[in-house]
Amino acid sequence: MTERYDAIVIGAGHNGLVCAALLAKAGRKVLVLEANERVGGAAITREFADGYSVSACAHLLYQLQPKVRKELGLSPKLASDAMQTVALAQDGQHVRYSGAKVTGVAEADVSSYRLFHRQMTRFADLLNTYLNTTPPRLGTSEFRDLATLARLGFDLRRLGRDEMRTFLRLIGINIHDEVTERFDSPLLRGALSFDAVLGTHLGPRSPNTVMTYLYRLAAGHGRLSVPQGGMGSLAEELAQAARTAGVTIRTNMPVERIVVENGRVAGVETAGGERFESLTVVSNADPKRTIMELVGARHVETGFTRRINNIRMRGNAAKLHLALDGLPGIDGLAKNEFGDRLVIAPDEHYVERAFNPAKYGECSAEPVVEMTFPGFRDKTLAPTGKHVMSCVVQYAPYALKNGWDDAAREAFTKTCIETIGRYAPDLESRITASELLTPADIEREFHITGGHWHHGELALDQFMFVRPVCGAAQYRMPLDGLYLCGAGAHPGGGVSGAAGRNAARFIIREQSA
Amino acid sequence: MSAIEVPQGRLRTPFYSRLAALDTLNSWHTWKGYTVPDALYCADTEYFAIRNATGVFDLTPMTKYRIAGPDALVYIDRLVTRDMSKIRPGRVAYAVWCNDQGQVIDDGTIFHLKDGEYRLCSQERHCAWLMDAAIGLDASITDETADVAALAVQGPTSFAILSRMGIDGLGELKPFGLMHVDFEGTELMVSRTGFTGDLGYELWVDPAKAEVLWDKLFAAGEITGIRAIGTDALELARIEAGYIMADIDFLPAHATVRTGRTRSPLELGLDWLVDFKKPNFNGRRALAEEKRSGSTWRLVKLDIEGNKPAHHAYIFADAKARRNIGFVTSAAWSPVCKQNIALGTVRMPHGAPGSNLWVEVFYQREMHWSRMMARAEVVDKPFWFPKRRGLTPPELV
Repeated sequence: MTERYDAIVIGAGHNGLVCAALLAKAGRKVLVLEANERVGGAAITREFADGYSVSACAHLLYQLQPKVRKELGLSPKLASDAMQTVALAQDGQHVRYSGAKVTGVAEADVSSYRLFHRQMTRFADLLNTYLNTTPPRLGTSEFRDLATLARLGFDLRRLGRDEMRTFLRLIGINIHDEVTERFDSPLLRGALSFDAVLGTHLGPRSPNTVMTYLYRLAAGHGRLSVPQGGMGSLAEELAQAARTAGVTIRTNMPVERIVVENGRVAGVETAGGERFESLTVVSNADPKRTIMELVGARHVETGFTRRINNIRMRGNAAKLHLALDGLPGIDGLAKNEFGDRLVIAPDEHYVERAFNPAKYGECSAEPVVEMTFPGFRDKTLAPTGKHVMSCVVQYAPYALKNGWDDAAREAFTKTCIETIGRYAPDLESRITASELLTPADIEREFHITGGHWHHGELALDQFMFVRPVCGAAQYRMPLDGLYLCGAGAHPGGGVSGAAGRNAARFIIREQSA
Repeated sequence: MSAIEVPQGRLRTPFYSRLAALDTLNSWHTWKGYTVPDALYCADTEYFAIRNATGVFDLTPMTKYRIAGPDALVYIDRLVTRDMSKIRPGRVAYAVWCNDQGQVIDDGTIFHLKDGEYRLCSQERHCAWLMDAAIGLDASITDETADVAALAVQGPTSFAILSRMGIDGLGELKPFGLMHVDFEGTELMVSRTGFTGDLGYELWVDPAKAEVLWDKLFAAGEITGIRAIGTDALELARIEAGYIMADIDFLPAHATVRTGRTRSPLELGLDWLVDFKKPNFNGRRALAEEKRSGSTWRLVKLDIEGNKPAHHAYIFADAKARRNIGFVTSAAWSPVCKQNIALGTVRMPHGAPGSNLWVEVFYQREMHWSRMMARAEVVDKPFWFPKRRGLTPPELV
């Protein structure tokens, strides 16, 4: 027996849930099928050692789109908010920044940073408008697309001549050039460079890393927070909003294939052989997995297959989780700053050097690290008096030259702990358990091809009009009834919900036309 | 690392020694890297060999790909616009393939050699596209252009010559059929195919046996006027047959830069090759849309008054040359039809079969140019379609 739905969403990642909820609110009968035991995709909280829990993939909330928040009535309870970033120095002379304010640097850098922040947030606001709309098609006569294009042109002009030129100059260039031109402090340069390349296969000298920086600032000007209970609690809230809207969510239901009949989507089939019918299938999975594995090349055309197959999506960021029996000592860090975001990126060259080996399939000998101690403010994550440490460590390439095995994982864990140990000498003695999730593990656990956060590198040739690929950037795939709603679609990754929201709006508009 | 020997200069086909021995004009050009004759002694005589006796054309440079593997049929059915599941082993299909925009990449013939194994023959090289088309499918693509020597044996006496050469069972071979026979300890494939629109066959053999094949063929054909031919004679024959040619009557989509210069199969009169009953093939979505909204261009066969070939002529809707609607792509005086014929491309809705158009013909007499407007009738059928082409068994002449 098969069940019939108006729409089936594959994957209960945060975008899948947003999309499902909005479709249900528009009166659709929606089913969400999640492969894992719990909803959230890469936005989950789970135990990694006895009694210790952590946000297993994404661990900071800074990109959630206000429109998503508003339309779904979300009000996540935050354990930390407006966290500052502390760029660690071995001598304890740390640089701290938050919003437009930076401390620990010379006066010239303070004002440069204020200017930098003002300019960047202005550009980010412009970008954000278009992150929340379906990208227009080029070379079409559709009024809607032309209107969006015209508005984009108008908005660019409205920046003013000089600012527009600056924007157009910056959008393709690298963050290294920008930070070295503006700032003297190596720590500030390093930390900002790192901000720009987090989660990518890019170094500070790679092109379009100013754009990735703007992307980071787009939704909330880079204001960092952590939900109480980790990212999983946000996913639960989203799932609750979806259920309230009437969505059926079923977990432990990995979709094996998208059923195609007579050249159009007819439903999905799970690994358990269950079949669900729907003429609308929305995939929260990444584009490669959706097309190459769930649909199959035979049901789509060759040019499209080639483009999908060529999407660059090599993950480079690993997650390191440490269970600690107490907070480590970090020179020059106030106790309450353990609730902030700490980064190890002493200068911009350090970040680039960390990236170098990744180009050749090797891990960084001296990785860049983003650290949080989520248990510091959130007592639900670790036993009383104990702590958890959640780190993003780069670079750990998905396609490691000799493959990821336990020895490779152990070696990189050691490298990371040594690196952090230079700032927190007693760290090693405080570790009671550890877990390293390499991009290969992220692929396995979260079903993301290449283990890439963004479901596809965030680069100009895979952005806006051409995300995920040229000719398929409007959530609708060239197979009737199939849509994308995940990070692989416009605008990209991060716990933002923009892709899910845009996709839902597009589907509703298209189907009511 | 071992050294790879790369041929220098123009390649020679396995039949080169035989062609060179017959050559009197020394007029050669390149075809996909191979040196091939325009004509060997006289293009006209060679042409008449095709129509009145037998012309032998070396088509070894024709690009040949072997397509095999469990998904071979799925692969090829998605690649081309026609329904390949209807093409049984031992059959050959003329087919056209498009990009995702429904624009023609090339046309060619697909030989269903044996169950699940195909050979695709085309004018252009397509390795990159064919490899892309294999992404996600279990199919292997092998370029076997240099591994197979091929001859076209075309004309009314071709059946008699090949029978005399000792090819058994040829009489049962229907048009677009293929068969395998033993030849000198190797396998010789014979297909009833060609590019002349006449009775004719194509022979496919191991290059090591190429010269033996040639010699036996010419020995058997001597008394029925067999002649080696060059590309000039073939060109005339194919225009008479109404066959289109890549780079002349259409541009391969992958070699085209400007938008609007490519053509869809519907615009080339190949709608009979497009099977919309197939749920998916490359270009289907775009072609379905084109069928709904209408095509821009139409390929026309023109029967033009007078006897001056309308090479590169503009086509007009009216005799006063006020409305330019297209241009001629191939033109010739057809000796066998006694007609001034041409293939051309015109803007829709012009060029419906039976309608009259005008072509502007320029011709030169002793340096001075003259211009005339010639009435051209759009015809539906090939200019040359002799009964013998479809006859099974063919007449033994």
